[in-house]
Amino acid sequence: MSSSSVQDGHAIEVEKLTKVFGRRRRGGGLTAVDDISFTVDPGGALAIVGESGSGKTTTARMIIGLERPTSGRISVGGREQTHGRMGSRERRRLASEVQMVFQDPYSSLDPRQRVRDCIDEILRLHFDLDREARVARIAELMTQVGLDERHASVRPRSLSGGEQQRVAIARALASKPRVLILDEAVASLDVSVQAQVLNLLADIREQTGITYLFISHDLAVVRQVSDEVVVMKCGAIVERGPTDRVLDQPEDPYTRALLSAAPRPGWKPTRKGTP
Amino acid sequence: MLEIRDLHVELCVGEEMKPVIHETTLSVDQGEALGLVGESGAGKSMTIRAIMRLLPAGATVAGQILYEGADVLGFDRKAMRSFLASKVAMIFQDASTHINPVRTVGDFLIEALVTNNGVPKAEARRRVTGVLEEIGIPDAAHRLEQYPHQLSGGLQQRMMIAAALVIEPRLLLADEPTTALDVTTQAEVMAILDEQRRQRGLGMIFVTHDLDLAAAVCDRIAVMYAGFVVEDRSAANLHEEARHPYTAGLLASRPSPTEKAHRLCVVPGRPLSAFEVGEGCPFASRCAHVEDRCRIERPLLRELDGGWVRCHRADELRGQLLCSYNGSAHE
Repeated sequence: MSSSSVQDGHAIEVEKLTKVFGRRRRGGGLTAVDDISFTVDPGGALAIVGESGSGKTTTARMIIGLERPTSGRISVGGREQTHGRMGSRERRRLASEVQMVFQDPYSSLDPRQRVRDCIDEILRLHFDLDREARVARIAELMTQVGLDERHASVRPRSLSGGEQQRVAIARALASKPRVLILDEAVASLDVSVQAQVLNLLADIREQTGITYLFISHDLAVVRQVSDEVVVMKCGAIVERGPTDRVLDQPEDPYTRALLSAAPRPGWKPTRKGTP
Repeated sequence: MLEIRDLHVELCVGEEMKPVIHETTLSVDQGEALGLVGESGAGKSMTIRAIMRLLPAGATVAGQILYEGADVLGFDRKAMRSFLASKVAMIFQDASTHINPVRTVGDFLIEALVTNNGVPKAEARRRVTGVLEEIGIPDAAHRLEQYPHQLSGGLQQRMMIAAALVIEPRLLLADEPTTALDVTTQAEVMAILDEQRRQRGLGMIFVTHDLDLAAAVCDRIAVMYAGFVVEDRSAANLHEEARHPYTAGLLASRPSPTEKAHRLCVVPGRPLSAFEVGEGCPFASRCAHVEDRCRIERPLLRELDGGWVRCHRADELRGQLLCSYNGSAHE
């Protein structure tokens, strides 16, 4: 059950988290996340790195309440998540603590809703503000993500991919969450736009002291945005530590394989054994 | 071997004709790999689709695409068929949508040889098995009996490569062949593609948005922006010798895997589509070095320092291409 007391200083605390999909009673099922534990300090930035099927997105979805853990404990902002089905009040409370930005901005925005309305909806849900105050807050959020009035009055399809992702970030920030989960949030952006959004994310963190949980397969991006990194493979954590240490002196063979497979100046692809 | 001269392509959108490629000029020699790099909407895929004449219905094409001196755009049905059957092969980004899901992989690989090249079925099977073994797929006979959904993404993409190689083409067209794959699988698939291309002495046009990946497997890089080739130069020293502000911007804005930048360099704004380009230089609206002339007069692709560049100021800017750090730039 949820407790209101703040037991410790962690923004996110995950303990022995496991998720099994499918029929586990008959001994089958797929273990997507296998007994993982980690913590993120307030204002910190943790990256979860891994390839497809490593369980990184499932972990994020459990933290934000989109999946229910099979076992284990998650607490966000010192409050432990309930195990059963979440009521709407509980869901709203969680949404004011943690928000998520998805990989594909277009499919995560409502195509029929103007940008202004999509942010307004969040504000009405979470705060008791009058119209004037909401308009001011929308303008503030738009400025924060580098957009303006012009962008607020259009629908998502009139915006470029980079602008759509900025809107998704503004919407996520609207409920003033303490934790922002970014699930491959820059992976679908063009290189020149990706750099803009990465700089923007750094600015937002500096200004608001928000905590980031960054899900990515791209080690160069991870180095740019995170302080600490957790490397996942087949649902388990194989290596963790400060980002610079893990990327400069990787200890696990899998981390080394990931690093050596990343294209960079002077790199040549090599063929290992067959999988 | 292949030469594209002043290619201009317009597509029919509603009742309007909109340009998707303004002016593409490039060439690939026998055994040479050319990387075609750019952001979305630059016209990279359209360029290689034009070579295969795979453009959407109603497209108008101007310019020349010469394969060993003969204009592909002027081929009749029979010539085109033989060109596609034995000279050029394409590897697409998403293998799962290009392999028939209700037939076995073997059917997919053998079909082209049997129908287009008149190879007897048993012989075709032998050749396919041979290619699969060369690209490192063990137990080829068993794999041929499997359906695409039974294969991993990496294996499916290797089947695409096998399908391309088995017709023994002279030119490979690869359209983002590894974008959908994990990094370790990407390294593996690229290594196979690179090795087979070299061994067989094939020409290749490799389309990608990843400059570092292109530089690793290509001899030359052509950078496209908004339907134009803006720079074309040797891959080996692109980092030092980039002369176009856009190429320099692309190189600088990619985060480094080895060190953290305080702020990333940024090219302001977003990549333009070909139909949004005005009178002057296509990059003028985002360029840090823009002058009045750039907005009025469209630069031509010209030779500079051993490569080709489409910029009025390329020679004076040599070695001093700027980097902007303003992350919240507007369009």
